[in-house]
Amino acid sequence: MSTKINFTIDGKNCSADKGMFVLGAAQKNGIYIPSLCNIEGLAPRGSCRVCTVKINGKLMVACSTPVAEGMKIENETEELHDLRKQIIELLFVEGNHLCPSCEKSGNCELQALAYRLKIMAPRYPYQFPVREIDASNPKLIKDHNRCILCKRCIRAIQTDDGKNLFAFKQRGCKLTINIEPSTSAAITDEIATKAAKICPVGALLKKEVGFVQPIGHRLYDHLPIGNTASLNIISSREKDTNT
Amino acid sequence: MSKPVIATASLAGCFGCHMSILDIDERILDLIELVEFNKSPVDDIKSFHKICDIGIIEGGCCNSENIHVLKDFRKNCKLLVSLGECAIMGGLPALRNGIPIQECLNEAYLDGLTVEKGNKIIPNDNELPMILDKVYPCHEVVKIDYFLPGCPPNADLIWDALVSIIKGTPMKLAYETIKYD
Ligand code: SF4
Ligand code: SF4
Ligand code: FES
Repeated sequence: MSTKINFTIDGKNCSADKGMFVLGAAQKNGIYIPSLCNIEGLAPRGSCRVCTVKINGKLMVACSTPVAEGMKIENETEELHDLRKQIIELLFVEGNHLCPSCEKSGNCELQALAYRLKIMAPRYPYQFPVREIDASNPKLIKDHNRCILCKRCIRAIQTDDGKNLFAFKQRGCKLTINIEPSTSAAITDEIATKAAKICPVGALLKKEVGFVQPIGHRLYDHLPIGNTASLNIISSREKDTNT
Repeated sequence: MSKPVIATASLAGCFGCHMSILDIDERILDLIELVEFNKSPVDDIKSFHKICDIGIIEGGCCNSENIHVLKDFRKNCKLLVSLGECAIMGGLPALRNGIPIQECLNEAYLDGLTVEKGNKIIPNDNELPMILDKVYPCHEVVKIDYFLPGCPPNADLIWDALVSIIKGTPMKLAYETIKYD
């Protein structure tokens, strides 16, 4: 039998099974904590820090911190709101996010978080880095201008025999996502579709589709990310392999 | 009390944001009641007649003239509003930011498919503004007070923001009106 852990989020009494991470435990209790690099069902990475909350007065990430008895978690505070905003703003300025020409616009999680947090303009100067667009794979376009290095593609996508298809290449500010040349041919239509979906931004795009959903019909056109209604849309879209 | 005075300009933009101002539809009649326009393509007034309350800037800075106009706006307007993606982050013109300037000029004036044969010259006249090394967002050149994103910004967002600035009430910034595309 699993043990129940009791904790509070912004003063609200919550409980969850032992071993759950704060992010999922909050969701179970109907509370949304913004997140970006995390994907349900895979081990958390804690790389984007968007899910930062205050636990017993200390800043910690919600996706990779397990719940513990008596935790006092702060989520909706001005301080955390601004901290998350800063992270999103930094992600915008360190890449080249030209949303008006991006296929992912309207379905992009980075953009959706910016909308939710009401970011009107980033406070940091744009870096306008020079980055590559790699369309050499027959199924997939890789646009490094938009990659936020969340590692979701690396963690989520493998061949049937368990080989990774994506990997990090180089280090530091030169770090990029690489498609393993030896397994590149293994990228099927199905894998390309999955990769484009798992990528929170428009850095991985399936070839020969684009702008399939008209404006007004996209995931985050009407409701903010984290809204229960848009969560339902996400799960129904999981079944739909065409986007 | 006299009406607040508004000035507008389009720098490196496509005039889409100005079109979006017109998109406030019949509210434009209310707007005319509420404010007076000064230097703006809307009324074709070419230079400032007086100090304005609100300056609305569409487009980023891609050449020396854009910088000049923007600084002139900062001098003559009490508040500046960056309207649209180009003003806020350079927008589509900023697609050239990763390309060396010589390559851009060569493509446009020498090597492009539509360049007329025997007529290949990179324009070079003192009258022409100098092109900048890259396209700059307005707030990296002068101080900007308000930002209204979108390509173009939603007319309701523009309306809400203008009315709030004029009346001194808080902006509603409804979720559906804040978009980057
Ligand atoms: S990936 Fe998202 S934030 Fe980046 S350009 Fe595309 S829509 Fe905009
Ligand atoms: S390609 Fe997409 S999923 Fe992979 S690391 Fe970059 S942003 Fe994340
Ligand atoms: S979602 Fe927790 S660090 Fe990215």
